[in-house]
Amino acid sequence: MEKRAHISGWTLPLLLILPQMAITVIFFYWPASQAIWQSFLREDAFGLASEFVGFENYAALFEQPEYYRAMVTTAIFSSLVAFFSLSCALLLATQADKSIRGGHAFKTLLIWPYAVAPAIAGVLWIFMFHPTLGTLARPIRAAGIDWNPMLNGTHAMILLVLSATWKHISYNFLFFLAGLQAIPRSVIEAGAIDGAGPMRRFWTIVFPLLSPTTFFLLVVTVVYVFFETFGIIDAVTGGGPAGQTTTLVYKVYADGRLGGDLGGSAAQSVILMVIVIALTAIQFRYVERKVQY
Amino acid sequence: MVENRPFAQFMAYLTLVLGVVVVAFPVYLAIMASTFDAATIINGNMPLIPGDQAVENYTRTLFYGGKQAREPVAMMMVNSMIMAMGIAIGKIIISILSAYAVVYFKFPFRKTAFWVIFITLMLPVEVRIYPTYKIVADLGLLDTYTGLVMPLIASATGTLLFRQFFMTVPDELLEASKIDGAGAFRFFKDTLLPLSMTTIAALFVIQFIYGWNQYLWPLLITTKSSMQTIVIGIKKMITTTDALTEWQIAMTTAVLAMVPPVLVVIFMQRLFVKGLVETEK
Repeated sequence: MEKRAHISGWTLPLLLILPQMAITVIFFYWPASQAIWQSFLREDAFGLASEFVGFENYAALFEQPEYYRAMVTTAIFSSLVAFFSLSCALLLATQADKSIRGGHAFKTLLIWPYAVAPAIAGVLWIFMFHPTLGTLARPIRAAGIDWNPMLNGTHAMILLVLSATWKHISYNFLFFLAGLQAIPRSVIEAGAIDGAGPMRRFWTIVFPLLSPTTFFLLVVTVVYVFFETFGIIDAVTGGGPAGQTTTLVYKVYADGRLGGDLGGSAAQSVILMVIVIALTAIQFRYVERKVQY
Repeated sequence: MVENRPFAQFMAYLTLVLGVVVVAFPVYLAIMASTFDAATIINGNMPLIPGDQAVENYTRTLFYGGKQAREPVAMMMVNSMIMAMGIAIGKIIISILSAYAVVYFKFPFRKTAFWVIFITLMLPVEVRIYPTYKIVADLGLLDTYTGLVMPLIASATGTLLFRQFFMTVPDELLEASKIDGAGAFRFFKDTLLPLSMTTIAALFVIQFIYGWNQYLWPLLITTKSSMQTIVIGIKKMITTTDALTEWQIAMTTAVLAMVPPVLVVIFMQRLFVKGLVETEK
């Protein structure tokens, strides 16, 4: 798209674009290229000298069992959060889309968790499920389950999935609701006249028409789990117990800071960049087929 | 609904009410915890109706802080507020200017400039965290508001949003103001800016929430406790050994940390929804 009318002059637009360019180059392109460069270097123990080692950092990474474990953890974490947050949000959105009284109030009551910081969401859930004082942990322990997310990796993962899902339902709900409201009533009425019941109408008319939204939300949710859940993980489990809830992003943080392995950390960053670019590319490829909001 | 089914109506209400209860319960529990003393919470039998320690907890949290850290949460809230406002306002200013340049001017490398900005959409700060940290450290910006804000405003969302909006502004407006003898500055100030107000407000709401909720970046670059944001502060309160965690203070802080962004969403819901839907396009 182009504007027909333009304002003439070169210096003014260059001045206008300068602040954004400067910030983008200093805080974006420079560090990103540093990350790529560092991923080919190895520093000695004192950080005084570094030598070019080619793909050694990458090779070393793929020899680490911990790296594969972080990959598996990330995959499990994102598929569980994606499944639960999408299905709960879709259920709530279809109910709110029925023209019932107070529909708008329900919308307000369901979207505010978006505004809660991931780390705070984590704190809320750890308080509820804290093994000794959690209000909801008591009934679980009373039922004979030795609930302890601090020591048991599975319990820790359950807690992470719950808090990450809780926080993300609002976002998916909002987009599903917009998607549902964009479906013409006449299509659904036509289905009803042909004798299709509510369930049949949902699965054969509404759900297929909603699939672009669903796909878009799937990608966004995966990106959310990859990056934004860092705060939840750090607050709830700190990657533990024994590294069982360390995701790829958390590992970049932990290796660079605690381990001081900058080359390895940079190599992980580069791999993550490739993953994000791939996800974004997939998202944009389907962007034309997306529904109108 | 297409046909009138009282039972389906009832189920819809039931599902929604259940959803709202599940969504609200963690926060309700936090609010309750902020009204009890430490002993009531520690013994694990915290009642679900408010206690009588609210005034004590909130004044202590705001002006004194936890027992070990003794960092008043009011100070952290000021830091969070400065950071959130800095990110929101900074992003709006730099992106409205660059979008104006890209849409309304023809200059060399315009397309290139647009793509250079556009690509930054793809990489969140988390993947380039240590190199960015190193640059901020080299520039001497650790423990400063500039260091907290600057790296986070380097993103394309705002520019894209304004570009998209400017494209819908009729060309006739620019032609008319040219005929009236207005220059680039007058056109921007008197025509474009007033038209953009809703878009600016929507972007502000989204960016304020984004800035307030930042975690990893402030965690890395703030070492002084006087620079801490509230989201970082609360994490410190609960990582100390279990017995020492003052849950009533931690939960009071959690409630205080949620108040500003949640109020923004509730009271500016229309702008929030607009901002959320449009920045994702």
